[in-house]
Amino acid sequence: MKPSLNMKTPLTHGVDISALGRKIGQDAPSRADICLAVQNLKLFYGDKLALKSIDLEIPRKRVTAFIGPSGCGKSTLLRCFNRMNDLIDSVTIEGTILLDGHSILHPAVNVADLRRRVGMVFQKPNPFPKSIYENVTYGLRIQGVNNRRLLDEIVERSLKRAALWDEVKDRLHDSAMGLSGGQQQRLVIARAIAIEPEVILLDEPASALDPISTLKIEELIYELKANYTIVIVTHNMQQAARVSDYTAFMYMGELIEFGPTDRLFTTPAKKQTEDYITGRYG
Amino acid sequence: MANFLDNETLQHVSKQFDNELLDVHSRILRMGGLVQEQVGLAVRALSDGDTELAEQVIADDYKINSMEVSIDEECTQILARRQPTARDLRLVVASIKAITDLERIGDEAKRIARHAVDMAAHFPKRNQFTDLAHLGAHAGGMLRDSLDAFARMDVEQALRVVQEDKMVNSEYEGIMRQQLTYMMEDPRSIPVSLSIMWSARSLERIGDRSCNICEYVIYYVKGKDIRHIKLEEVEKDLRG
Repeated sequence: MKPSLNMKTPLTHGVDISALGRKIGQDAPSRADICLAVQNLKLFYGDKLALKSIDLEIPRKRVTAFIGPSGCGKSTLLRCFNRMNDLIDSVTIEGTILLDGHSILHPAVNVADLRRRVGMVFQKPNPFPKSIYENVTYGLRIQGVNNRRLLDEIVERSLKRAALWDEVKDRLHDSAMGLSGGQQQRLVIARAIAIEPEVILLDEPASALDPISTLKIEELIYELKANYTIVIVTHNMQQAARVSDYTAFMYMGELIEFGPTDRLFTTPAKKQTEDYITGRYG
Repeated sequence: MANFLDNETLQHVSKQFDNELLDVHSRILRMGGLVQEQVGLAVRALSDGDTELAEQVIADDYKINSMEVSIDEECTQILARRQPTARDLRLVVASIKAITDLERIGDEAKRIARHAVDMAAHFPKRNQFTDLAHLGAHAGGMLRDSLDAFARMDVEQALRVVQEDKMVNSEYEGIMRQQLTYMMEDPRSIPVSLSIMWSARSLERIGDRSCNICEYVIYYVKGKDIRHIKLEEVEKDLRG
């Protein structure tokens, strides 16, 4: 029997793809797999509406990329997930963001706790002017962890997960400022994962790095998704295509299209998405 | 002939990219024109018993081969330098596949020309070619229409070509049955009949490969891979 053609799902010609490691064409992850749910989110800078009713579900232990032109609101949305926008006085937010089903925008939420669960890495590596070891253990020490052996273990594990261990294991007590840009960025990721967050937010993590360092970060992202939910904002569309499982295209504060990266980069549903990713954007 | 690469496709910020895609597309159409000509000449050489013409078809096949290599190279360059996505990616992929089929159609033309040379030595009866000439016209028409669909990226035209294939297949089967009868009646006709059967086979393959080109048109326009799916379901899906 010939397989049937279904508009809703990609054609697989009767081949059972469910057994494949990579989930192909999974448009809507099941509810249990949703890590972050954004519902009717509006964000104002003063009286300017910067995010217009965003609805989005970010799957757990997958890489979700936000792409879009400058000023489209992708970094603003990313910063909502660990309430970094709280630091800006003029910002007001309406709507709901659920992390594992619990609202994170509620005033009663302990923001420090939230940021432990939702770590963030910025465009420019920002290691503290301390040793490599102290950078990684900084968050743990604030939490009151002082057991040397435990700290040693976590430093090794975090640096290994951040693919930096082999390069720095002999100089853990040297200043972090002596590392290269790419190494610093991986150190910052190691620092973020040392406190075992659930979600890692990456805001243009490789845009200040050379191509090889960029590939190392991308490889690292691939490794990290086994343990963490990753949300990445990038201007580099090829990077989004390479590293992400899901891609969200934003334009002028609106979420235009969200779907599996496999589909979005070959057959986008919306013309605006197509024009942007093919470089027809005037 | 209206070219599909005029309005929406040619709107890249990089005009150079527009030019590269336009160039690939027009070179494929030039290659298609040459392939079409080779098929027409090969069928004519066969039915007219014109060995000189057949030799010319065989000698000219290299032109098609070199066009394939050069368009392939251009597509590889686009993939490497532009990293195309979405519609652009589908155009490059469809182009790479289309030129492979065109090159193979060129090979079929060469094969038919070889049979034309072989058969001329056996002095076949002219009436044996009637059905073959008909099949040749039909398969040649499919090729022409598929190139037309590719030129305009016209899904409806592409679907019409895919539908035609059934008729070409049944004509091919008719020729096979007929030639089997001739061979059983008179073993002396076997060499000629075999050549006719192989030529018919080549023409039938030209029909199949024209369908492939149409499938790439549908892939480019709709982003759907319709290979190995029932025609009725494809039509239902595409025409809604």
